[in-house]
Amino acid sequence: MTFPHRHLLGIEQLRPEEITTILDLAEEYVALNRGDKKHSDVLSGLTQINMFFENSTRTQASFELAGKRLGADVMNMAMQASSVKKGETLIDTALTLNAMHPDLLVVRHPHSGAVDLLAQKVNCAVLNAGDGRHEHPTQALLDALTIRRAKGRLHRLSIAICGDIAHSRVARSNIMLLGKMENRIRLIGPPTLMPSGIEEFGVEVFDNMDEGLKDVDVVMMLRLQKERMDGGFIPSEREYYHRYGLDAEKLSHAKPDAIVMHPGPMNRGVEIDSDIADDINRSVIQEQVEMGVAVRMAAMDLLARNLKGTV
Amino acid sequence: MTLPNRTLFTNARLIDPEAAAETLGSLLIENGMIVAVYDDAATTDNSATIIDCAGKYLAPGIVDIGVKVCEPGERHKESFRTAGQAAAAGGVTTMVTRPDTDPTIDNPETLEFVIRRAREAAPVHVHPMAALTKAREGREMTEIGFLQDAGAVAFTDCDSVIVDTKVFSRALSYARSLGALVIAHPQEPILSKGAAVTSGKFASLRGLPAVTAMAERMGLDRDIALVEMTGARYHADQITTARALPALERAKANGLDITAGTSIHHLTLNALDVADYRTFFKIKPPLREEEDRLAIAQAVASGLIDIISSMHTPQDEESKRLPFEEAASGAVALETFLPAAMRLVHAGIIDLPTLWRAMSFNPASRLGLPSGRLSVGAPADLVLFDPNAPFVMDRTTLKSKSRNTPFDGQRMQGKVIATYVSGNKVYGT
Repeated sequence: MTFPHRHLLGIEQLRPEEITTILDLAEEYVALNRGDKKHSDVLSGLTQINMFFENSTRTQASFELAGKRLGADVMNMAMQASSVKKGETLIDTALTLNAMHPDLLVVRHPHSGAVDLLAQKVNCAVLNAGDGRHEHPTQALLDALTIRRAKGRLHRLSIAICGDIAHSRVARSNIMLLGKMENRIRLIGPPTLMPSGIEEFGVEVFDNMDEGLKDVDVVMMLRLQKERMDGGFIPSEREYYHRYGLDAEKLSHAKPDAIVMHPGPMNRGVEIDSDIADDINRSVIQEQVEMGVAVRMAAMDLLARNLKGTV
Repeated sequence: MTLPNRTLFTNARLIDPEAAAETLGSLLIENGMIVAVYDDAATTDNSATIIDCAGKYLAPGIVDIGVKVCEPGERHKESFRTAGQAAAAGGVTTMVTRPDTDPTIDNPETLEFVIRRAREAAPVHVHPMAALTKAREGREMTEIGFLQDAGAVAFTDCDSVIVDTKVFSRALSYARSLGALVIAHPQEPILSKGAAVTSGKFASLRGLPAVTAMAERMGLDRDIALVEMTGARYHADQITTARALPALERAKANGLDITAGTSIHHLTLNALDVADYRTFFKIKPPLREEEDRLAIAQAVASGLIDIISSMHTPQDEESKRLPFEEAASGAVALETFLPAAMRLVHAGIIDLPTLWRAMSFNPASRLGLPSGRLSVGAPADLVLFDPNAPFVMDRTTLKSKSRNTPFDGQRMQGKVIATYVSGNKVYGT
């Protein structure tokens, strides 16, 4: 098993076999997490700092739990309330933290590329927990694990990603990961929410849900940010729901056993119908949350092995 | 007997942009002026100091429109002394400076301060530009007449686009009555707001806020209409996209008093150079696609684009060591201008006389300056250089106070051997 990376900054840097390595290890942690003793000591003695420059409850909790279950000393830093407000630059913050000798740094930042920049300045392993519209690698990995478990494979599937592609780091990381694993990717959304040059990504683009969802194995919905709902990018919430919200009728165009995913938090009645979200036969949204902890445990485990030189 | 102010350059490859010629010959200067040009490489003159150029190239010094010297306001980034030394080392004998300082150069008093500082500290000629509107806010025009009297050679709000078309049209009309040249930044301001890169696959992959290349054409279209309406003398500071070229060509064919420039970075780099968020490649307007770069280079070669500028913009480390979106725009370029331009020559896109037209003769003519020529009566502003000398760019060797060059670590060709301003050697051994 090789994972020759110091950081986990994005899916872009990973090779297909490395993605499989992470997912295989994550399977072991799924088993651990479902057992009675949800504890391991592979990160024992290591310090994990979660630096979130942008609000997040779910991702931060998932990383915190993952670290604690592996025995790390975990510290959360609420960066909005810190010296960043007092004008300290990202680099200075990084250097300050670096002096405290953390081993794992989990970073979320509102600007694309900020986590890469920070990783250049510290000695520890850095995990990207989402940077701007760029990447969110652990989300793509947990989605991949969820798909692999539900479908029995992670290749030659037809997968639709629907909604606000333009502003979504989840979409970018998923397009990259699912593409590397040789799946067929369809992007569905209004043209105002499609990034420019998208045709060159090796994907099919649709602005109509019925056509786009035809015979797909996986339907991945994206969250529509509140600030984009009124007039600027789409005419209104209700028109968006009518044209792009996932309901039973639209889902009927997908394969009968197609699964429905959502990175959360969901806007019920905007991008997804409640009945679909809660349908235990179709929705794997709760499983995605579970896989999130396991995938993050696997990623931190692998990076820590590199720190200790034991891979 | 050798006269002190009389120098003869022999055995030189003379680049005459005006005549579009490159010849082996000699050049005699006296009291800061060119007094004779010979097509004999081995001319002798007992009363002159002889400089044997050993077959290297002698050309008019570069006239660089759009240099940012950070005085007043940000002298820690660049001063007239450091910018002047950088210019001399880069073969730039005339810096035409930008008014986007802090405070803006928008009144005669500030302009006089700048002229005084330039005279005290810079070893090359400095001609300042002044803002077209107060504080470059696009609301009220500046005292164009007073500023012109005080020495402003052109009027520009730099990269700040005047959104209010009525204000811009009045400023253009007023400038026309004084024969003043207005330099504008053709860009649709709303579309380009907040953009860090040009939209396309790369921008989307990196998740960076982007502007469509079309915004430049829209801006140019508007400006051309205003020039047609007002009859003003107009120069577009940077044309960087292929789509803007047909509009420019039509405007020129229609006889409007329009010229256009581009930057050396847009001629030698493209959007992909940003790679993993390298902020030294963040410039304004952002780097374009390779097809655009090639189209612009061809337009310079054909003369459709008249002027190449360095758009020298010093930024300190603190302004650049930030996430890409937050990082400041701009790159220093006075010292890399010539070797970067040599890439176009070595790629066979342009010949040296045509290149020098865009870097020296045209900018000087557009501003009514006597330099940029290699003929009798022109000032002895000269650069002696070797277009082939290879080196690896090391930014720590730059004379600029700020060292934000995108060429750091790159292989380049073309070295300045010596620079002369009004006959005085300001750079070289």
